[in-house]
Amino acid sequence: MKPVDFDYERPATLDAALKLLGREDLNAKPLAGSQSLGPMLNLRLVQPELLVDITAIPELASIREEKGFLVLGACVTHAALEDGGTPDPTRGVLARVAAGIAYRAVRNRGTVGGSLAHADPAADWVSVLAALGADVVVARTGGRRTVPAKDFIRGTFETALGPGELVVEIRIPALSANARWGYAKICRKAGEFSHATGVVLIDPARKFARAVIGAVSGPPIVVDDAKIAERDPGEAWVSALFAGTPLGDDAYQIRIHHVALKRAIAEARAP
Amino acid sequence: MKNLALGVNGKKIAASVEPRTHLGDFLREQQLLTATHLGCEHGVCGACTVLLDGRPVRSCITLAVACEGGQVTTLEGLVNDPVMIELREAFAAEHGLQCGFCTPGMLVSARDLVLRKPAADDRAVRIEMSGNLCRCTGYGGIVRAIRRVLDARKKTKT
Repeated sequence: MKPVDFDYERPATLDAALKLLGREDLNAKPLAGSQSLGPMLNLRLVQPELLVDITAIPELASIREEKGFLVLGACVTHAALEDGGTPDPTRGVLARVAAGIAYRAVRNRGTVGGSLAHADPAADWVSVLAALGADVVVARTGGRRTVPAKDFIRGTFETALGPGELVVEIRIPALSANARWGYAKICRKAGEFSHATGVVLIDPARKFARAVIGAVSGPPIVVDDAKIAERDPGEAWVSALFAGTPLGDDAYQIRIHHVALKRAIAEARAP
Repeated sequence: MKNLALGVNGKKIAASVEPRTHLGDFLREQQLLTATHLGCEHGVCGACTVLLDGRPVRSCITLAVACEGGQVTTLEGLVNDPVMIELREAFAAEHGLQCGFCTPGMLVSARDLVLRKPAADDRAVRIEMSGNLCRCTGYGGIVRAIRRVLDARKKTKT
């Protein structure tokens, strides 16, 4: 239960961090709250040569509003969102989701950017940020690019990050005043990873209607269809969606994912 | 090895650590503060919960070297803490422990709950404490102990 021997740096600037992460002569990994990487290290599932602690970089810890967006630095913790007190143009989505992630001791250190970069399909932000139509800004030495959150996760523990790239911020569009949303996850024990996640967001003023089924065998399933997001499409629809995936033959998985979606839709419909 | 400067239970500590040393091992093996228990060592059981800058964290998945400049408080540093005194008495009175292995983490998490959510009902107590596993008590005694402290503090406030 002890990690391999690795080196550690805690740069104070983003440029310095990117330079370290861009080194091709060794296996360097970014470290934020260490709530996913910590267990992976202890179990030696990951064996880096260098950890680059990005928590001393001020811009990665900021929360700001910008022309219709909320911009979260990658190192914003779940607990910071749970406790609020910062601008929230998502009208409560972030605080509600954050409060249900793992346990308070984990939320105190775990970060939004780290959760995305870890890319566990069962993680809350993976599904929710896709449903919100958020963008993920990634940086490397000499450049930045933006990846829609729904395309950021490529598979289980796989992301769109290239070599030397780091998640630096998450841009979340503001919800209109009459937007409705719902979020449900199925866990057998409070705080454990989700077995099935459903999220819907209906924002007519922005012509946005999206349903997301998460905690599947790969990236969250994203469906942009007001008919689905507004009214329970039924278990057969989920079954058809899962056909050909590793969950496609599993009646239990189809059932719980349908129930999670149905609960999310019902919540979004509730007055 | 990396040099590390941090506060532990109010004392300034300068130490040299391997970067891979987690905070729990650093506290137990280098500082000889053995109230912090290591259970699962991958962030699930909560036995190793300590305070970092006043907030509960899992010491088994927090690198010691990442605590540079921080203030760590273990159970040893909470001996005279007013909430902890109340919790200790309540855990004893309500059978909130048997073998005691989970108790340090339980107490640190419970103290945070009492201070952060003074109006918590029993369901909220169970959810807030769900990150700390106990294999002896079935949790009933732990919930009652926290209930006792929450109720007593409500009374003294009004």
